[in-house]
Amino acid sequence: MSDTLQVEIWRGTESGSFQPFAIPRREHQTVLDVVSEIQREHDATLSYRFACRVGMCGSCAMVVNGRPRWTCRTRVSEVIDGDRLQLEPLRNFPVVKDLAVEMTQFFDKWKAAKGYFEPGATPAKEFAVVPPATPERQAADAGIECIGCGVCYSACDVMAWDSDYLGPAALNRAWTLANDVRDRGNDARLAAVSGGSGCQACHTHMSCTSFCPKAIAPTYAIAGLKRAVLRKALRAAP
Amino acid sequence: MNARLFLAQRATAFVLALAVAIHLGTILYTSRGGLTAADILARTHGNLWFLLFYGAFVIAVAIHAPIGLRNVLREWTPWRGRSLDLTLALFSILLLALGLRAVFAVYSA
Repeated sequence: MSDTLQVEIWRGTESGSFQPFAIPRREHQTVLDVVSEIQREHDATLSYRFACRVGMCGSCAMVVNGRPRWTCRTRVSEVIDGDRLQLEPLRNFPVVKDLAVEMTQFFDKWKAAKGYFEPGATPAKEFAVVPPATPERQAADAGIECIGCGVCYSACDVMAWDSDYLGPAALNRAWTLANDVRDRGNDARLAAVSGGSGCQACHTHMSCTSFCPKAIAPTYAIAGLKRAVLRKALRAAP
Repeated sequence: MNARLFLAQRATAFVLALAVAIHLGTILYTSRGGLTAADILARTHGNLWFLLFYGAFVIAVAIHAPIGLRNVLREWTPWRGRSLDLTLALFSILLLALGLRAVFAVYSA
């Protein structure tokens, strides 16, 4: 193990090139530490995003040595290839500059998938009692910790060939709400997620599930949506 | 792909899984048994089971294949919308017509 990291960072937008930096290797150093050191000590024009540094905000995701990662909770020692560290912006997003990507479309798709709570026309009179052990609550719990980092969206093959695809994160959110017994908007939600580029477009490659830093399994959420949409279609059939 | 196409594709896949297995099994059985074309036609002639089985097979293919092809085209080409759906509906009719014609020819031969 050498004392120096050979870091290559993407500079530019859709077109650009990798810029090399030599950075001292430190104990317990994270990938985000490396990027911050480069931005502060070597090149102040480097653009990237971060906020919390503790795996809560979901803003620091990048492609590290070819794989999407949350960089604040990824130690260099876990992902280093010899002494080489290659950093790119997330895939399947428009690149704003360097490592910063445009997330608008990603979050618009959450709205398009009706990934928000729908209380219905009249407010509930009583508190809903939701026992934690019910299957619905457990299905919702399985996907509720999403931090919206975009790692799944970057990892998804379907996303790469169909830019209209709603994507794993939006569909995962829709599935948590489909299992919310208080929600009153599920018919519209199931219709929204079964358009041309909705849940049925998923090929079950499971890249989202293998790369999700929160260990969520959007593939299973999408499979759940497929079943729910199918049940609804069967009920509607004459 | 909308819910109805998805349902149609999955339902016909069940039919095809069974039908293809029986179809291939029958081919192996007849060719190893040394039956000639005339022997086979003698058995299929006027056989209502043959007509029903291969009729269902052809209908399942005519539904299943265009939906799958539509997915492939939507994923790998920019072709979308009405012209794509219409083309594949025609393709479905073509499969149905050619298939049923062949089934009926063997049934009535």
